[in-house]
Amino acid sequence: MKAHTPARPVDTIPFFTPGVLVLLGIVLLGGVFGVWRLIKGLGAITNLDDVWPWGLWIGVDVATGVALAAGGFTTSALAHIFHRESYHAVVRPALLTAMLGYTFVALGLMFDLGRYYNIWFPIIYWQGNSVLFEVGMCVTAYLVVLYLEFAPIVIERFKDGLRLPGPFRVFNGMGDKVFRLADKVMPKLMWALIIMGVVLSCMHQSSLGSLMLIAPTKVHPLWYTPLLPLFFLMSAVAVGFPMVAFEALIASRSFRLEPEMSVLTPLLRFTPVLLGLYGTAKVIDMLIRGAFVHLDGSVQSMAFGAEMILGVFLPMGLLISERVRRSPGLLFLASALVVGGVALNRVNVFLVGYAPPFATKPYFPSLGEFAITAALISTLVLVYRFVALNFPVIAGHPRQQQQS
Amino acid sequence: MKTLTRRGFLGIAGVAGAGVALPATAQASAPRPANPNHDAVLVDLVTCIGCRKCEAACNEANHLPPPTKPFDDMSVFEQRRRPDKNHFTVLNRYPGAHAEGEGIFVKVQCLHCVDPGCVSACIVGALSKNEDTGAVEYHVDKCLGCRYCMVACPFGIPAYEYDEALAPRVRKCELCPGKRDEKNGGAPACVSICPREALTHGTRERMLALAAARIKNHPDQYVDHIYGEKEVGGTGILYIAGVPNAKVDLIDLPEEAAPRLTEAIQHGIFKFFAAPIALFGLLSTAMHLFKDRKADPMTSGTDNKDKA
Repeated sequence: MKAHTPARPVDTIPFFTPGVLVLLGIVLLGGVFGVWRLIKGLGAITNLDDVWPWGLWIGVDVATGVALAAGGFTTSALAHIFHRESYHAVVRPALLTAMLGYTFVALGLMFDLGRYYNIWFPIIYWQGNSVLFEVGMCVTAYLVVLYLEFAPIVIERFKDGLRLPGPFRVFNGMGDKVFRLADKVMPKLMWALIIMGVVLSCMHQSSLGSLMLIAPTKVHPLWYTPLLPLFFLMSAVAVGFPMVAFEALIASRSFRLEPEMSVLTPLLRFTPVLLGLYGTAKVIDMLIRGAFVHLDGSVQSMAFGAEMILGVFLPMGLLISERVRRSPGLLFLASALVVGGVALNRVNVFLVGYAPPFATKPYFPSLGEFAITAALISTLVLVYRFVALNFPVIAGHPRQQQQS
Repeated sequence: MKTLTRRGFLGIAGVAGAGVALPATAQASAPRPANPNHDAVLVDLVTCIGCRKCEAACNEANHLPPPTKPFDDMSVFEQRRRPDKNHFTVLNRYPGAHAEGEGIFVKVQCLHCVDPGCVSACIVGALSKNEDTGAVEYHVDKCLGCRYCMVACPFGIPAYEYDEALAPRVRKCELCPGKRDEKNGGAPACVSICPREALTHGTRERMLALAAARIKNHPDQYVDHIYGEKEVGGTGILYIAGVPNAKVDLIDLPEEAAPRLTEAIQHGIFKFFAAPIALFGLLSTAMHLFKDRKADPMTSGTDNKDKA
């Protein structure tokens, strides 16, 4: 095993590029809708109503956001708990994605909550019967754990001398002491934080699947099963590594670095096994419940088929092949299919498969809902870029000239 | 030998994990018994003449905004209506006949479930079942506005003030707390004003007996089913009708209350925090077992290979 390149701030590119300006435009547009929502209320910019209380923001910003942040706890478990040291290079980017992912889950929720300023109430008003209470508490705790897990990266950046500009100079001495102390204390706590992160993730990833169990008569039988929490957990575990690869391959292109194939190729060999377990469990569950009779050509059955065939079995087949795992392009394709499949599954469970009684029209998200979701995702990408350019997160070699 | 230990550990961990997780996810707990002394309202679709006085009384008792069409305007029956933020109860007309004329009228409002999905779902306990009356009540001061109650309600009852920017509320019938007509046996406003015996208020035990008696005495007029006796674990509002339930949008629902499954899962996993603590223990053991002698990963939250 060759020695690892240490992670360091990306210095191969400038922050601003035409792509970044496009993202800033999307953020600005979403910001306008966001302000409008705060002034005029949910009814003014969303297509939500009494029959459809949950829409795009819960299905994508929250449910999909949490699922796709699973790269954080899966890589952390692999590298730190099972001590597969060769995967260390992907732990930091995955941790950053998870940290930002969960931050934006909370931000997205703020737009959706009617009384967003009461978001902290679950901390004082405990309701142990509520699945949502458990999800809320676990996500909050995990968010804290993620920031603490990320702290050493900030410490590493600043411990050798804090150089704040101008009037902030007075804090440099004190800051140095804090960072040096944290640098001594944090490593001693890290083992517990890592395990807590995995435990909390298992808890809320599965409970996110329990959320819709309270509505047995409203969720389409292709998805409604008492095993939903198990399936949510299994799919979150399965999507972890593909999400890491998906993102690493985009980042290496954007940052003009060599794709980290020496790490990604072996990492993704776990994925066909995890996808196979998940897909098989879902098929067996469907056979036992007799739900296959609902594969009748309806929109729901098409969505279910897409989720299972394009999102689970096709990428499973692709990733079994060593050739696919060695090729950046094919690996990206297969990873994108898994990511898309799990995202579609969350959207299916919360939106496509939601069939409330007394509905007079189907729900489709409004322009404002799309704009705010797009703005949140764009902001996340921009913050990721900023952090990667300023903190030691990515370990990569600059791309050879002739290859680009 | 070390590999064997690790494999053995993984095997044991896997089996133990499945053993804990699967029974908890597969089974619902026993039904919650209905309190026979809780308030109930019997809605008799055979005697209801569709006068809409209950709607007017509800509007007044709950200080709701004036209606767009007056309460004596029967043209509202041209459309099927649902309760909303300004109407806690509405009547709908279906083809058929009541005891004195044309049309079957169905009153729609919160059914005050014995084992309410909304109460179980609410993240902060902003919805609760009144221990004395059995009414499902809303406490606006705790509410976050997540609208999970609306997802959870099998009858699609809770409505939301989507046009309120700052302090939107969930709106629904609460069985007139503090607004009961004490002269009339403490009946809610809608029951109190009913000119026929279409609405009767009393304990759930008595209302079930009354419903059974009406069905028994007039088997020619009633279908032998008390809607709400068993649906979703039982409801406080009970219906008897002369036509099958499905014809008047009293939707077919399972007898099991959804919270029996979700609460069984939650309490199965979180009893004494056993499962999370066990998982923490297992993972700590794994971290130790899989530890590489060469590196010291216990202290490697950061990439310890950085120094290599």
